[in-house]
Amino acid sequence: MATVAGTLAHQANTGVWSWITTVDHKRIGVLYGVTAFTFFCWGGVQALIIRTQLAVPYGNVVDAGTYNGLFTMHALTMIFLAIMPLGASFFNFLTPLMIGARDVAFPRLNALSYWTFLAGGLVLSSSFLFGQPPRGGWFNYAPLSSTQYAPDLGIDFYVVGLLTLGVSSLMAALNFAVTILNLRAPGLTMMRLPVFIWMTLIISFLLILALPPLTVALIQLLFDRQFGTHFFNAAEGGDPILWQHLFWVFGHPEVYILILPAMGIVSEVLPVFSRKPLFGYPAIVFSGIAIAFLGWAVWSHHMFTTGMGAVPRTIFAANTMIIGIPTGIKIFNWLGTMYGGSIRFNVSMSYAVSFIALFTIGGISGVMHASPPVDTQHQDTYFVVAHLHYVLVGGAMTGIFSGIYYWFPKMTGRFLDEKLGMVQFWLWFIGVNMTFFPMHYLGLIGMPRRIYTYDPGLNFEFWNMFETIGSFVLAASVLAFLWNFFTTMRKEPTAPNNPWGAPTLEWATTSPPPEHDFDVIPTVRARDPLWYDRDHGIEAPQPTGEHIHLPPPSYYPILIATGILLLTVAPLTHLAMTVLAVPIIVYGIWGWALEPTE
Amino acid sequence: MTATGRQGETVHVTRKSRAFARRWLPLCSLVFLVALLTGCQLDTAQSTTVIAGTHNAEVWNSYRVIFWLAGLVFVVVMLLTLWISIRFRERPGVSAQQIHGNTKLEVLWTLIPVAIVVVMAVPTITSIQREAQGPPADAIKVIAIGHQWWFEFQYPDLKINTANELHIPVNKPIAFEIRSNDVIHSFWVPQLAGKIDMMPGHVNSIWFAGTVARPEPYLGQCAELCGLSHANMRFRVFVDTPEDFNSWAQKVKSATPAPSDSLARQGQEVFQRSACIGCHTIQGTTAAGIVGPNLTLLGQRTTIASGTIPNTADNLFRWINNSAAIKPGSLMPPMGQSAGGALSDDEIRAVSAYLLSLK
Ligand code: HEM
Ligand SMILES: [Cu+2]
Ligand SMILES: [Cu+2]
Repeated sequence: MATVAGTLAHQANTGVWSWITTVDHKRIGVLYGVTAFTFFCWGGVQALIIRTQLAVPYGNVVDAGTYNGLFTMHALTMIFLAIMPLGASFFNFLTPLMIGARDVAFPRLNALSYWTFLAGGLVLSSSFLFGQPPRGGWFNYAPLSSTQYAPDLGIDFYVVGLLTLGVSSLMAALNFAVTILNLRAPGLTMMRLPVFIWMTLIISFLLILALPPLTVALIQLLFDRQFGTHFFNAAEGGDPILWQHLFWVFGHPEVYILILPAMGIVSEVLPVFSRKPLFGYPAIVFSGIAIAFLGWAVWSHHMFTTGMGAVPRTIFAANTMIIGIPTGIKIFNWLGTMYGGSIRFNVSMSYAVSFIALFTIGGISGVMHASPPVDTQHQDTYFVVAHLHYVLVGGAMTGIFSGIYYWFPKMTGRFLDEKLGMVQFWLWFIGVNMTFFPMHYLGLIGMPRRIYTYDPGLNFEFWNMFETIGSFVLAASVLAFLWNFFTTMRKEPTAPNNPWGAPTLEWATTSPPPEHDFDVIPTVRARDPLWYDRDHGIEAPQPTGEHIHLPPPSYYPILIATGILLLTVAPLTHLAMTVLAVPIIVYGIWGWALEPTE
Repeated sequence: MTATGRQGETVHVTRKSRAFARRWLPLCSLVFLVALLTGCQLDTAQSTTVIAGTHNAEVWNSYRVIFWLAGLVFVVVMLLTLWISIRFRERPGVSAQQIHGNTKLEVLWTLIPVAIVVVMAVPTITSIQREAQGPPADAIKVIAIGHQWWFEFQYPDLKINTANELHIPVNKPIAFEIRSNDVIHSFWVPQLAGKIDMMPGHVNSIWFAGTVARPEPYLGQCAELCGLSHANMRFRVFVDTPEDFNSWAQKVKSATPAPSDSLARQGQEVFQRSACIGCHTIQGTTAAGIVGPNLTLLGQRTTIASGTIPNTADNLFRWINNSAAIKPGSLMPPMGQSAGGALSDDEIRAVSAYLLSLK
């Protein structure tokens, strides 16, 4: 944390305590980013062990139980502790800046989201320390999750971990929905919002609606395991398929929660480096809304092989294929943005363009298994693994890297090294394709997913070895990024306000921005405000010396998060822990409510 | 605090790295393509692209259309992206055209995905409809039940119960009733049929006929994570000629084990007085356990441990001695004294001989 604190050293308050009590959206964004990237590296290490195990037939790097724990934790780490909070990192840092506000609507709630996320992440990850990771896959199908088939604490870690992370996401979602709807600068109408902000708004609503079904399912599972209910126990009149419906009603919107930040990022980056406004802004916004809306009507495409009848299979297939249409529109609009431009291929832009290509591959395979007959051959094979990694690694992570190189000067005042960045980009691009493209082929020739071992003679050998090599190329890329990050952080901050000549409001303030974001709240006159002002010779307003009110730091967020952490630990140790946890939470809320805001 | 930034202030990309990219990108793609085309044999033992059953044939009615469409979209979008990236890279003296949108174009590229989706949906929906009609009336009924970590097969009409190696007559529709005994498993023989989940508390169904008789088995594998030995939960399907199938069925039904050599006889005696009979059935004897796989005519099977290892005396010995060493988590307790069980090495060898004699 010390390095990070250094990045904002020009600000008056430094030191660990200032980070613990901060309610500044920028610092919380940095905390999210650093924590999530750390988890990303940890999830990557798990992936490398998995790939090493699979490099040759009969691999014996790890045993079956460890392997099942690894792929389960790898998915949970990457989805809930890396990609989601990396998205959160961007929208924490950027939302107020991009809408011309001085902070989010509820700054302390924002801090509480972060600390709760950290608590959930630590609890979930600590399952490895106790040798009892969850082993049921990230979707954790019943009844393999019951105490009968999973007697150790693994599934309990899963339940309390995800419950806690859900609380965190829900608070963040409410906060950002309110912020975007209420705190926009004068003139910033909805149809002038940057696409990244639109995506943040959509994600917020998706989260608000998607987390309840997951929470219900988790609580039912918690009750099944702790109190002997039978929600998912077929022998006692429960039904394991209930879990699948509840999980995927959350799970499919969740995949859009994962990809929309990246779509927002590239929608900002592509116009800037093509030197051209976004092509078809309304179409991009409305297709984003359409995707989010249709995303609620497709969850059973994860369940085509569970024995659903012909009618639901037809309907869910049709809906899933229809989602391909707005997705296609987006891709064409991004290409349209580049068309006729004057494209500068720096690192950020290279990532953004490769996002289009890689995400398209994932979209195509998605539409392929939208067909239920085809899906009977895809489901639970490496073809699905290829699909989900193209959208999550080729899509979400590639977009996130584009965003990191793009906004790094704004966040820190420093430029990441472009040469090293280019090396990192090519390692990444080659690594993604080496690791994940052959998985399509392996799925096609019948390699199931989630197997810790396979026989020779099925033609699985060559491409598995190839993929393993590819995964180390990816690892090299991440190391190159870390190197770039740490060396850059030791340089002097030199970035001007708007180094890329970008049109959105965050570039109107200093790099990094002052604690209060803007000396004067900007006025927006068009969709690309800074380009409009530039072209119409409008000067920035002069500071008026008005009093700027900022919320004071508060330790109640971390206090309440500590209470939540103890609550989380109760099902893992003894339910009596709640007696300790509840008073802390109640006291925290009490103090929070009465805390003076000056 | 104005937006002072103008285009081109901080270009870090050098000419060199561009030339580098231009030189290496095509080369890498070429190497990749060549590797792809040479390393990608399709007619492999577990490949979904080999069509030897009616269900998989039905799948490929849709898949063929979707596969080529997907390929087409892939090639078009990749080439478009590449072309735009090269054609419109920044050049001195050329500035960007300030276009905000183009309604005609946007309508066009909304219609393209619509058309693609319609073309995909037609074979898909007809296929679902055909499948919904259910199996032909003359289908043979087979009940397939998933257990952690093996497959049970019952032929209720033929009064046969077997495990892990399924025999079916060629070109005869088989109507499967799909069940699970514990957690969710999935029944999948890629070359014959797509998969169908084995759900506790539900009865699923699928039907197909094997269309190509051959002595080598079709490989099946559980396709839903079902615990520790999910990877080791496999099975084999033999698509026999009608004569072979009938003689196999006759043999199973009338099996009455009478081992001839003395080691096997001793093995039978050990088997009958040990824990084995609590879990296993051998037809024609008093062994009638139902927890583990039915061992009738085990000597005829090509593999043991749900299709994972060849059925040899050595492997049987290792399995009976300590099955979890072969299949992690195996629910069969270790029988050998060295692993905490009751049987001596000699006794296990005798039992193995007995089981192999069941032909
Ligand atoms: C055109 C868009 C898409 C379509 C039509 C689509 C369709 C599908 C379908 C039908 C499945 C189920 C496959 C199976 O299990 O047999 C699936 C799985 C999956 N998709 Fe997509 N998808 C699309 C985009 C995305 C995006 C944008 C993401 C995330 C960023 C995503 C993430 C996933 C994941 C994680 C799974 C696997 C879940 C699991 O089984 O673990 N998909 N997709
Ligand atoms: Cu989905
Ligand atoms: Cu399984």
